[in-house]
Amino acid sequence: MTAALELSEVRKRFGRTEIIRGVDLSIPKGERHALIGPNGAGKSTTFNLISGRSAPSSGSVKLNGAEIGGLKPFAINRMGLSRSFQITNIFHRLSVFENLRCAVLWSLGYKYSFWHRLASLHDARQRADQVLELIGLQRLRDTQAGLLTYAEQRALEIGITIAGGAEVILLDEPTAGMSRSETDQAVALIRNVTVGKTLVMVEHDMSVVFGLADRISVLVYGEIIATGTPEAIRNNGKVKEAYLGATLDGDAGQGAH
Amino acid sequence: MKTAMPHNYESAAAASRPRFPRRRLAHFTVWSLAALAMLLLPLCFPGGFAIALLSQMGIMIVFALSYNMLLGQSGMLSFGHAVYSGLGAFVAVHVLNRIGAGELWLPVSLLPLVGGLGGAFFGVLFGYVTTRKSGTTFAMITLGIGEMVYSSSLMFPGFFGGEGGISTDRVVGSAVLGITYGPARQVYYLIAVWCLLSMIAMYAWTQTPLGRIANAVRDNPERAEFVGYDTQRVRYLVMILSAFFAGISGGLSVVNFEIVSAENVGAVLSGGVLLATFIGGSGFFFGPVIGAVLYILFAVALSSLTHAWLLYLGLFFVLMVMFVPGGIASLMMKQAPLLAERKFGRMLPSYWAALGAGLVLLAALILTVELTYTLQINSDNGTLVKLAGLDFDAASLKSWVVAAALWLVGAWGWRAALVRVHRAWDEVQAEMAGGGA
Repeated sequence: MTAALELSEVRKRFGRTEIIRGVDLSIPKGERHALIGPNGAGKSTTFNLISGRSAPSSGSVKLNGAEIGGLKPFAINRMGLSRSFQITNIFHRLSVFENLRCAVLWSLGYKYSFWHRLASLHDARQRADQVLELIGLQRLRDTQAGLLTYAEQRALEIGITIAGGAEVILLDEPTAGMSRSETDQAVALIRNVTVGKTLVMVEHDMSVVFGLADRISVLVYGEIIATGTPEAIRNNGKVKEAYLGATLDGDAGQGAH
Repeated sequence: MKTAMPHNYESAAAASRPRFPRRRLAHFTVWSLAALAMLLLPLCFPGGFAIALLSQMGIMIVFALSYNMLLGQSGMLSFGHAVYSGLGAFVAVHVLNRIGAGELWLPVSLLPLVGGLGGAFFGVLFGYVTTRKSGTTFAMITLGIGEMVYSSSLMFPGFFGGEGGISTDRVVGSAVLGITYGPARQVYYLIAVWCLLSMIAMYAWTQTPLGRIANAVRDNPERAEFVGYDTQRVRYLVMILSAFFAGISGGLSVVNFEIVSAENVGAVLSGGVLLATFIGGSGFFFGPVIGAVLYILFAVALSSLTHAWLLYLGLFFVLMVMFVPGGIASLMMKQAPLLAERKFGRMLPSYWAALGAGLVLLAALILTVELTYTLQINSDNGTLVKLAGLDFDAASLKSWVVAAALWLVGAWGWRAALVRVHRAWDEVQAEMAGGGA
C-alpha cells in the first residue's frame, strides 16, 4: 500500500546553510503523526516543503504516490493535502461563514466561476455550515473573522484547513498560545475532524502529542533522529539526550506555552 | 451553466429559506429606485448643462465601479486604469466611423459593448503582465503600462489620431424608433441604460464564487493559495472583467463626446478614477457611485466656476484620506445601526452644529483660495472677487481680515461641534450596547 505521505532524502538549503538535512519519513494512510523537536529544528520548514510554501532543494515528496515536491500550494491542495498555520492565517475582513465557504468552493468544482450565484450554491452553503458546526462557531457565523478571539480564530483556522475535504491534513502548532481548557477543546476538535484522515502535526505541547499521535517523529537539526510509537519515543535514548542534554531549550515545549 | 439551472431551481424551492426572497426583494427595490431616479433626473433638471453633467456622471459611475472591482474587491491598486477605458474608446470610435462610412452595420446603442470587448481584449493582453505580481509591484507595473500606452498614442497616429485625437459622428444609420442620438437627452438615456445594466452586472459579480475568492485574495493571498486557488489566475480574471466594464464606460464616452484623444488613456484620468473611488469609499459596493458623482461635480461643475477646482479636489481628497479613510460610504454606513434603532435623531443637533461650522470653514477656505488666485494669476483682470453676491477686493486688507475672521470662527465652532458629536455618539453607543445586553 502506498503511503499517504512519503519524504525521501529531502533537503533544504538557504544560501550555504542546510536547514533540512536529508529527511526520510513515511506516513501510512489514516495515521495521526506528530513531528516534534526543539526550536529551530526545522519542523515548520518541513511543513513548508510538504505543502508547497517553499520548494525542496533536493529529494522527493510524494502524496499518495504522486510527486509533489516543488509544486505550487494550490496544486498540492487540489491533490488532497491541506495545512494550517502556526500564525493564524484567515480572511480577516470576511465573515466566519464566508471564510469557510471560500475554503470549500474549489473542492466542489466551482473554480473561478462568475456565472454561478453564491446564494444558489446549496452544496457550498451546507458544507460550510457543517464545518461551522464542527468547529462550534455557529453563533459567530456572520461575525467578521478579524474580530474573533484568539482561540476562536485558531478553531476557524482548523475549519478552513479541513473544509475542502482533504485526505491529508497538516496542522502547524494548532494549540500554540492556548490556555489549558482551550487546548483540551482544540484536541477534541482535532480528534473529531480528522477521523478517517491522515494527520501530521507539529506540536510543542507534549500532552497533546502523546494524547493524539499514533506515531511520533523527532526532528533535531534538520534530521529525523527517531520515529516510533509514543511509548518507544518516550524511552528512546537519543531523544532524551536531544531534549534534556545538549539542547535544553527543547524542553521548553513541556509547559512554556 | 444551462444544465445547472434546473437543479438550482429545484433545490431553491426545496430549501425554502425565508431570507433569500426578502433579500431578492430588497435588491429589486434598490435597482428599481435607481432606474426611476435615472429616468426622472433629466426631467427635474432639463437644462443642457445638467444633462451633460448627468451623462458624464453615468459614464464615471461605470468607470469607478469597474476600478473598484480591482481596488476594493480584490485589493489591487492600479495607476493605469484609464488604459482600458481609453483603448476601449478608441476601438469603439473606429467601429463607429466604419459604421458611418457604411462599411459595417451595428446599432449605435450597442457601441458600448464594442468598447467593453475592446477593453477586455487589452485586459487579456496587458493584464497577463500586470497581474503576475501583486501589491506594490502590481501598482508600479500598471503605472508603467499606463505611461507606455500614453506615449504610444503619439507614435501610432493611425490608431490614436495623433495630438488631435479621433473625432466621430454618433448620428449614423437609420433611426430606430425615432432614436437618432442627435439630441443630448437621447444620449443620456443610452448612458443611463448601460450604466444601470453595468451596475447590476458588477454587483452580481460580487455575489459569485470568483467575486468572493477575489475578496479572499484581497484579505490573504497566501491562504487563498492553500485552499486551492491560483491567486495570479484570480487577479488576471478580475482584471479582464474589470477592463471589460472600463471599456463600456469608454464606449459610452465616445457616444457622448464624439471624440477620443490621448487624454482618454492618460495618467490624469487614471488618477481621477482612483480619487473618485477612494473618496466615495472602496469598502462598499455603492461607494464609487457616490465618488463618481462628486468627482464629476468637481471636475465639470466646479471647474466652470473656478480655476482652482483641482486645488479644491486635492484638498478634499487629502482631508478624506486623513480623517475618513473609509470614504463617504463608510461615514454613511456608520449611521445605519443608529437609523435602525431610531437613535439617529439624537445625533442630529450635533451634526447640524458640525455642518454649520464646516460651512463657515469652507467659506473661509474659498475666500482665501480665490483671493490668492486673483492676486497671483488673474490680477490682469483686476483684483475684484465676486463670491455669493458680495464683492471682495484682493488688494484691500478688509477682504483678508474677513477671511481670517471666518477661519477663526469656523475653527472654534468646528472644535466645539466635534466635542458635541463625540459626546452624543458615545451616549448613543452606550445606550445601544446597554439595550442589547
